[in-house]
Amino acid sequence: MSAEKTKKTIPYTVPIGPVHPALKEPVMFTFGMEGEIVKTVDFAPGQTHRGIEWMGMRRNPVQIVHMTDRVCGICGIVHSLSFARAVEQIVGIEVPERADYIRTILHELERIQSHLLWAGVAAHELGFDSLFYLAWRVREQSMDLIENLTGNRVNYGIIQIGGVRRDISSEQRSLIEKGLAYYQGLLDKMATLFLEDSTVRMRCRDHGFLSENDARILCAVGPTARASGLNMDVRQDYPYCAYGDLDVKAILPPAETGGPRGDVYDRIIVRLLEIGQSVEIIRQCLESLPPGEILWEPKMAKLLAACKKAEGEAIGRVEAPRGECMHYVRMAGKEAPESWKIKASSYSNLMSWIPMLQGEQLADIPIIVASIDPCLSCTDRVAVTRNGRSAILTKEDLTRLSREKTRRMMQ
Amino acid sequence: MKIPSSFNRSLWVFHLNTGSCNGCEIEIVATITPRYDPERFGIRLVGSPRHADVLLVTGPVTRKMAPRARRVYEQMADPKVVMCIGTCGQSGGVFFDSYNLEGPVDQVLPVDVYVPGCPPRPEAIIFGVVKALEKLERLEAQQ
Repeated sequence: MSAEKTKKTIPYTVPIGPVHPALKEPVMFTFGMEGEIVKTVDFAPGQTHRGIEWMGMRRNPVQIVHMTDRVCGICGIVHSLSFARAVEQIVGIEVPERADYIRTILHELERIQSHLLWAGVAAHELGFDSLFYLAWRVREQSMDLIENLTGNRVNYGIIQIGGVRRDISSEQRSLIEKGLAYYQGLLDKMATLFLEDSTVRMRCRDHGFLSENDARILCAVGPTARASGLNMDVRQDYPYCAYGDLDVKAILPPAETGGPRGDVYDRIIVRLLEIGQSVEIIRQCLESLPPGEILWEPKMAKLLAACKKAEGEAIGRVEAPRGECMHYVRMAGKEAPESWKIKASSYSNLMSWIPMLQGEQLADIPIIVASIDPCLSCTDRVAVTRNGRSAILTKEDLTRLSREKTRRMMQ
Repeated sequence: MKIPSSFNRSLWVFHLNTGSCNGCEIEIVATITPRYDPERFGIRLVGSPRHADVLLVTGPVTRKMAPRARRVYEQMADPKVVMCIGTCGQSGGVFFDSYNLEGPVDQVLPVDVYVPGCPPRPEAIIFGVVKALEKLERLEAQQ
């Protein structure tokens, strides 16, 4: 290509990843930059491929439930729940009502911890580290609750095919209520810190824009889609577990904050409001927690025998903190499922990075990438190649760029 | 417990994910937050392996990440300590029979400290870092 022609194309490319220090999975980004502005975006996930589905097709459903916990450490319950729901439909298991309610409570506790985790990460990417520490400190409260209820802080291992493995005792009930009261008082404070802070507003308002139409075309799900104005939530549209009995409505950015615009700020609002919604759902569940069994069949051998006989296919859908999560299972009268396919929520959301990042500045990449709450965030080592010279930007450099921008805007 | 003289300086930690489920990642980040606050001892996560004394490796090392793990290890200055966090890095854990693994972490890097658990609790990770400090102190004395 002639020198002149090269000039006309994008002047330089910025690869990011796949190794990065702070959080989550590796992913490889390639940005085509023109000055500070992102022109083209490409990404290559796949660094953490472990062949989980392949392994699952060699194990029995009870073993798989424990492996689904480890599909993702943040949404442990989501994967095990949707896998269990798929198998339950095939085998024809009716889950006891009490188990359904306990599943819902844990599902919502997980949403609280996941959204707080995200709020912390987002604050960190903006250079607002005190808020990051605050979010993670209050998150520990929900981690304590989860640990108390399931025995584990992460990878809970509480879901079993046909129910849950642990009951909620009356002492634990009062603990949950105490935890909910803690969050109730805290939510207003968090909302003030995030939404009324001029720094957060400046950095997030009208950045990382995803239009309603783009969200629909790219099949965005969860808070990413809701922030763009799509009224969708599996808990509302296809209720499962106890959600049919509860009052769950998809949360859209309210009109008083400027309505659904589809920017990073809207995604923050949706997630913060959803923490409040989760608190409310858990409270409703506790009020109407029915008595009874927690397992369809406590004897493992009988459960496995029933699974082994089953034939058919089913889809388990749940609303993960990041959006809809889907497990497709086909059983053909064998111990192991004949086919198993996972569609995690981040998978649907990844493509929305492309319209979000185009036209934004290099310093905005961290917060926009984080704004869909990917199960992979990646801002580690960046090599900038310009006119044949190469310079390495670390994640710290990127964070520094992001912070300097905040400072510039404050002046 | 005797506090090792390595506490004389800050201990900087670099975290490398080689295909983990994020469970260990969030526990590592939970470790550095105010509840446990190891930063009062100078222990903190850094953004570059060139600055780090300790390499935290999580995950069972997928095929794509193995050469990157080696590269990160080579970038670190001596003396250095490698910590393997989580069961899947030690034995493969639930992923033991996967077709896409380059084997547990110690097949790829020389591991000094193992922290078992799926994922280990923050307390266990801090305990592992203290063990790493002791080892670093020994390595420094040898140099």
